[in-house]
Amino acid sequence: MIEVRGVTKKFGKTVSLDNVSIDFKKDDAVALMGANGAGKTTLIRLILGYYHPNAGTISINGMDPVKERVDILKHVSFVPQLPPPIKLSLDELIQYICSSSGVKKERIFHYANEMELDLKPNLGKSFFKLSGGMKQKLLIAISLAKESEIMIYDEPTANLDPKARDNFYRLLKEHEENKIALFVTHRLDEIKEIVNRQIYMDLGTIVSDECV
Amino acid sequence: MKNLLLIAYLDLKESIRARWFIIYSLVFGGLIALFFIAGITESQVMGFSGLSRLLLMYIQVTIIILPIFILITTVRSISGDRDSHILEYMLSFPISLSQYYWGKVFGRFITVFLPVFMAMAIAIVYGISKGAAVPWSIFLLYTGLLFSLSSVFLGIAFFISSVVKSSEMALGISFFVWIFLLAFIDIALISLMLQNRMSEELIISLALINPMEIFRVAAISLFDPELTVMGPVAFYILDTVSQSVFVLFSIAYPMLLGIVFAFFGYSIFRKRDLV
Ligand SMILES: Nc1ncnc2c1ncn2[C@@H]1O[C@H](COP(=O)(O)OP(=O)(O)OP(=O)(O)O)[C@@H](O)[C@H]1O
Ligand SMILES: [Mg+2]
Repeated sequence: MIEVRGVTKKFGKTVSLDNVSIDFKKDDAVALMGANGAGKTTLIRLILGYYHPNAGTISINGMDPVKERVDILKHVSFVPQLPPPIKLSLDELIQYICSSSGVKKERIFHYANEMELDLKPNLGKSFFKLSGGMKQKLLIAISLAKESEIMIYDEPTANLDPKARDNFYRLLKEHEENKIALFVTHRLDEIKEIVNRQIYMDLGTIVSDECV
Repeated sequence: MKNLLLIAYLDLKESIRARWFIIYSLVFGGLIALFFIAGITESQVMGFSGLSRLLLMYIQVTIIILPIFILITTVRSISGDRDSHILEYMLSFPISLSQYYWGKVFGRFITVFLPVFMAMAIAIVYGISKGAAVPWSIFLLYTGLLFSLSSVFLGIAFFISSVVKSSEMALGISFFVWIFLLAFIDIALISLMLQNRMSEELIISLALINPMEIFRVAAISLFDPELTVMGPVAFYILDTVSQSVFVLFSIAYPMLLGIVFAFFGYSIFRKRDLV
């Protein structure tokens, strides 16, 4: 359960989120849409506890995402808008995740396999040397392997080929039960099948919110 | 603790692979090799001879270049990860901010300290194999000084890294801090001294706030205080306080300063937006 109450976030003079209130409940699969700069990523970063809101509160299962980040992030999977240029090798990155989040290595391999990413020959490679699509496949595999209650995807399919997209949506469909899933997207038709709620944002506010 | 060590370990591995680390190690190792090739251990100048002369030259060069090396390589560790959105991803896992920050500090400390220390240790081993007498007290003092030098500049670097928003800015500030401590403070103090407006004691105490000045004096503190190379500040200090008190101070004060800076950096890191 994510509760966002009257949250405002400013960067200097820019108001990225303007008094936003919204709840996400179990079994919500949300398509979060809106023009570039509407505030989607900002909302997600607030939920993840990266930003301190200028006003309002956010609570996730009753906890504050900034103060209780460790307890909350145990239950959150996140794939960012752009895969970052992490310099760790895949092996080290996987070690980081398994050891910090208690994820089983086999699960990551399993989902990488499902995403048609062959991990074994690349384990010694630096993450940033993978192709754009491979990076995203790995991050998606990690997000699924973590088996979190809350899954957040900030446009994760930008670099994926059509087949990989289908794989991704198929896997999500299998996994979204009993969870909160947030998808930022610019292509509703692609994920229509897997969402049950559509939210539009513009200029830092929520302009429409409908269940389908 | 487990996560802290994990972060430190991964940062260490990442650093060791990085180009800057290879250059960094080559510079300090090369320095020692150069000294041996130049035959510094065989010469005798102004009361310094053999390995102690080599160590003295090594530490004098190190006092100047180590700070800038530490600053420019470390200052980007957090601000760079923030710029490139690595932080955004890595911190989406259940790692507390203190584990992340102190893990990075710890990992970086090992990366910057080990090469400078190892270069010195190799000099000792090589010296022994050549049958030179080992100045253990100097070696011990310099190990302490290098440790302390690494801590203070690492602390300052992490402080800068969490204060500034971009890594470009961090780099600029690093250069400024380095030049400032290296030269400007001295020049300012000398001009004050020339104007005769302040008492000598006050000026010297002001000089001692600067960790780089402390290292300079401490590095020659075990040598004969009558030596002319010492300069007025060193002479004055070693004439005023006992040698052991000054040696302890020269190691403890910069270390403490480094820890204080690192803590300030941490509290800013925690209170700010992370990405
Ligand atoms: N760290 C930041 N510093 C300054 N301004 C920011 C920052 N992050 C976001 N903004 C501003 O906040 C507004 C919302 O940005 P946000 O990234 O949330 O948009 P978005 O909806 O995710 O857009 P896109 O579809 O392009 O990803 C934009 O005007 C942006 O310039
Ligand atoms: Mg965005």
